[in-house]
Amino acid sequence: MADIKNYTINFGPQHPAAHGVLRLVLELDGEVIVRADPHIGLLHRGTEKLAETRTWLQTLPYLDRLDYTSMLPSEHAYCLAVERLLGVAVPIRAQYIRVMIDEMARILNHLLSIGTHALDIGAMTMVLYTFREREDIFDVLEAVTGIRMHGAYYRPGGVYRDLPDQMPKYQENRFKNAQTVKELNEARNGSLLDFLEDFTKRFPVYLSEYHTLLTDNRIWKQRTVGIGVISPERALQMGFSGPMLRGSGVEWDLRKKQPYEVYDRMDFDIPVGVNGDTYDRYLVRMEEMAQSNRIIQQCIDWLRKNPGPVITDDHKVAPPSRAKMKGSMEELIHHFKLFSEGMHVPAGEAYAAIEHPKGEMGVWAVSDGANKPYRIKLHTAGIPHLAGVDELVRGHMLADATAIIGTIDLVLGDVDR
Amino acid sequence: MSAKLDRLVRQLKESFGDRIGEPVLALGEVTVTIPAENYLEAMRRLRDDQALRFEQLMDLSGIDYSEYTGYQGKRFAAVSQLLSITHNWRLRVKVFAPDDDFPVVASVTEIWNSGNWYEREAFDLFGIHFEGHVDLRRILTDYGFVGHPFRKDFPISGYVEMRYDPEQKRVIYQPVTIEPREVTPRIVREETYAKGGGRG
Repeated sequence: MADIKNYTINFGPQHPAAHGVLRLVLELDGEVIVRADPHIGLLHRGTEKLAETRTWLQTLPYLDRLDYTSMLPSEHAYCLAVERLLGVAVPIRAQYIRVMIDEMARILNHLLSIGTHALDIGAMTMVLYTFREREDIFDVLEAVTGIRMHGAYYRPGGVYRDLPDQMPKYQENRFKNAQTVKELNEARNGSLLDFLEDFTKRFPVYLSEYHTLLTDNRIWKQRTVGIGVISPERALQMGFSGPMLRGSGVEWDLRKKQPYEVYDRMDFDIPVGVNGDTYDRYLVRMEEMAQSNRIIQQCIDWLRKNPGPVITDDHKVAPPSRAKMKGSMEELIHHFKLFSEGMHVPAGEAYAAIEHPKGEMGVWAVSDGANKPYRIKLHTAGIPHLAGVDELVRGHMLADATAIIGTIDLVLGDVDR
Repeated sequence: MSAKLDRLVRQLKESFGDRIGEPVLALGEVTVTIPAENYLEAMRRLRDDQALRFEQLMDLSGIDYSEYTGYQGKRFAAVSQLLSITHNWRLRVKVFAPDDDFPVVASVTEIWNSGNWYEREAFDLFGIHFEGHVDLRRILTDYGFVGHPFRKDFPISGYVEMRYDPEQKRVIYQPVTIEPREVTPRIVREETYAKGGGRG
């Protein structure tokens, strides 16, 4: 009898379902995957090494570029670590703004995740809908930070500036007539918070549309139920966090268990899965979006009623206002020192972790008292999840590999750093 | 929170005695340094001891202390961030490699499977060897890369660059043509800075 050998195929690095530049070497027995060996590093930019050559403030924008589907939460972890080293207090309004934007990022991330996951396994329409909603959030981010994606908005000690009083409006042009523009601008006549509130009212309707499309969809269920099952014990052993851990029924969410900022004042629930398969993780993500929507509403409510400073007045850390700087010698010196030499962070080390949309995002910052980090280690949730792919895909069909890559919510910028 | 961490420090002392270094509680975090010879056994105990119960290895990374201001000691360390879901506390474990020229520490992959990629990364970037790791390949750098880029003596611009050569019709490596430049110098202020003396 002829010898039957296993067959090795190369998945990626340029493959539409690989979510970036992931090279996966798959060993197949017929159509069944025997072994998967992810080769990463194709997007490695050496962020941690770069950080050692930049000042503490100059490092911040690099953090946005890690997970480029949910940008600002990465900055959040970094700011928390630096703030802990500095021992600086963050104004309460800045904490609410951060929480609100983090939750917007969670919706942003899960919309992309579910949209492209569905796209990968054959439901083309989903991505069109989810990108429609993402556009609204991008508009808010643009109005707040000045840029759609890589905001560089958080600062050690607060956030860069307060929320704007108005939303940018559409203008008439040769593609949009007066009537269209008027309809488009209907929600944009008030402040930014009004626009966001309008979004949070519309969002549950969108969410129910997604449920109608996918949750009971026979094809979707055939492709996801029982695929990539992971037991809670194995999930812990492999360092999973976020929806990957909660999908297996472990109720662990840093926002509840180790609350940072003002999460302890928020009213929200943590969804957990039962079977630990791809379908359960999908349901967890859907419910997390609904919960994020609730948190955003609570933040809007609070932010409306409570004006105040959004960044610390410790001018060794944060710059003075422009007006003060122009009129006072001391403030001018502060400003100059801060932007030439940078802030000095006391020697020590801190590990700050947040509940990033993908799981635990941690920043381990080591300082020796200089104006630059001595070492920054970025722990992103994507690394252990991708390391677990080998175990998740074993024994599955080749077509299920894309479903599993979709469910771990892979972003290579986040894995390779 | 602080009372809880005090309890963790007490528990660590009770469980390990002098087999581990003194646990340090700073900035709301507990750090402990374990001598390399007791490392593996202590890590296993940290996971299995019901009173400690660190189920998750959240992160493991290398660090090169050679240029740390005022530091004298072993150059390389592997630093783990452990998390206990049962007790809801964290611990940072440091282990220094005894030999600076050929740093070796034990691998914890058997204890926590998540250690696999973290250790590969620390090996790739710092050249720390993990004894007992079954698959210690490079992970982030290019196939055939030479050196360990996150060591402090490795320049930020690297040693080689890659370009397409139209004559040979392939991608080639050549020595770097950019010069390293530093816009803001690295400054550690002396202790007396801004504490009287001047008119300030």
